[in-house]
Amino acid sequence: MTNDEIKERIKAFICQFIQNVDIPDDEDLFASGLVNSLFAMQLVLHIEKEFQLKVANDDLDYENFKSINAITDFIGQKDLNSETK
Amino acid sequence: MDLGLTPEQIKSRKRFSDFVDEYIAPVADQNDRDEETPVELIKKLGEQGFLGAFIPEEYGGKGMDMVTAGLLCEEIGRGSASLLSLLTINGMVSQAILKWGTRAQKEHWLPGLATAEKVAAFGVTEPDIGSDAKSVETTAELSGNSYILNGRKKWISYGQVADLFLILAQCDGKPTTFLIERDTPGFSTTPITGLLGFRSAMLAEVQIEGCRVPEENLVGRPGFGFSHVTNVALDHGRYCVGWGCLGLAEACLQASLSYTSERKQFGTNLRGHQLIQEMIADMITNIKATRLLCYHAAYLKETGDPGMIMETSIMKYFASRMVNKIANDAVQIHGAHGCGSEYSVQRYLRDAKIMEIIEGSNQMQQIIIAKSGYMNFRLEKRKK
Ligand SMILES: Cc1cc2nc3c(=O)[nH]c(=O)nc-3n(C[C@H](O)[C@H](O)[C@H](O)COP(=O)(O)OP(=O)(O)OC[C@H]3O[C@@H](n4cnc5c(N)ncnc54)[C@H](O)[C@@H]3O)c2cc1C
Repeated sequence: MTNDEIKERIKAFICQFIQNVDIPDDEDLFASGLVNSLFAMQLVLHIEKEFQLKVANDDLDYENFKSINAITDFIGQKDLNSETK
Repeated sequence: MDLGLTPEQIKSRKRFSDFVDEYIAPVADQNDRDEETPVELIKKLGEQGFLGAFIPEEYGGKGMDMVTAGLLCEEIGRGSASLLSLLTINGMVSQAILKWGTRAQKEHWLPGLATAEKVAAFGVTEPDIGSDAKSVETTAELSGNSYILNGRKKWISYGQVADLFLILAQCDGKPTTFLIERDTPGFSTTPITGLLGFRSAMLAEVQIEGCRVPEENLVGRPGFGFSHVTNVALDHGRYCVGWGCLGLAEACLQASLSYTSERKQFGTNLRGHQLIQEMIADMITNIKATRLLCYHAAYLKETGDPGMIMETSIMKYFASRMVNKIANDAVQIHGAHGCGSEYSVQRYLRDAKIMEIIEGSNQMQQIIIAKSGYMNFRLEKRKK
């Protein structure tokens, strides 16, 4: 899956949770208070189901989840790792 | 669409139900009066593998499917809401470890929790912090390769007997979760007695005074203790409580059907009076509606659907409200007998009230359910 495809899917998911549809790809979702505390786990579940990945202990890094770009890179990287395994 | 149980699930339910009828229901009122769960009963639940219902087989659990595990919560809830909370709390801690623990933590803790060799407790609430859980005041400071924890936790179910506590604390101002063992120096518990409900759930206040906790006992990462670790536990808690309310409601209904078939007033059984029938009809209908919500939440959980978090919240909210109405009516139907100690319905009513407060009070559920309603509304409008 290309990064653009990943980003589109992530954007479609995140857009459900926020008022502003045109949120910049690098905007910090959590710092800007755009999402509530349940969103964090909903996002994890979404990533796991949609991209068939497991998000675990080692992945708990704010840098992996903070923006649309960060999430896209995180999934791209995980995807790559699972392919090369 | 098939909403029926599989033959396997029907068999499991019968096994759970027989166990509850033999070992739990007959002693539940006495345990409630004694404000105690006998250790042997906890061990029995462990032997049956019930405490490992949600733990995968590779870690010594039963790895039940979500419906079967739900049926177990329902049956235990029918027998004793206090005892259900043992299952709930152990499940919450084990789910948090399962999802966010390291491989070593899973291997070290889960097999013991699955068999009741170790009992777990969940420590979020404090004397001054309840619903606003992410703001807990317990602190954790890194010192060498351990953390030093200080603080107090209150209303901790099975805190009197638990061996292992999952504790939410602030580490440099970031919510973080730790596993603390009872025998850690500086750790102590004080029983809380005289509760309205869940009287045999052996609640305690927990004092954490300079407890040194090894780095390996950090669950997840600093900053993720509330959003990820606690939320996994709470979601699981709501799932168990929702099903448990269903069981408690069923107990109220069965008690009411039985009592109204025997008690006579104005020359006829109570069941012959239409105002009584109204209450019975509402019980039956509300129980069926709750069951469908439970099945739906089970389906979403089984498939890992992100929608499960909201649906589980809705199910717990509906189930806990429903069981309060039903338990209230059950006492009404029993009249003075319902207020006395010969019948269990007064315990059912007291326990039902607790269900509206734990795992995120119903006001907290209302807030998130309404918010998600507005979210969907906005989404639909955008689509048009
Ligand atoms: C029997 C029992 C067992 C328990 N077991 C555990 C356990 O094992 N571990 C644990 O950590 N905790 C446990 N608890 C504590 C429980 O989780 C808390 O009671 C619950 O989270 C509510 O917190 P609180 O009681 O401090 O109420 P508060 O947060 O002080 O709230 C008081 C009231 O105000 C309402 N309220 C608060 N904020 C708002 C708002 N923003 N809008 C509208 N209404 C609001 C609440 O809904 C509630 O009705 C237990 C409690 C009981 C009674």
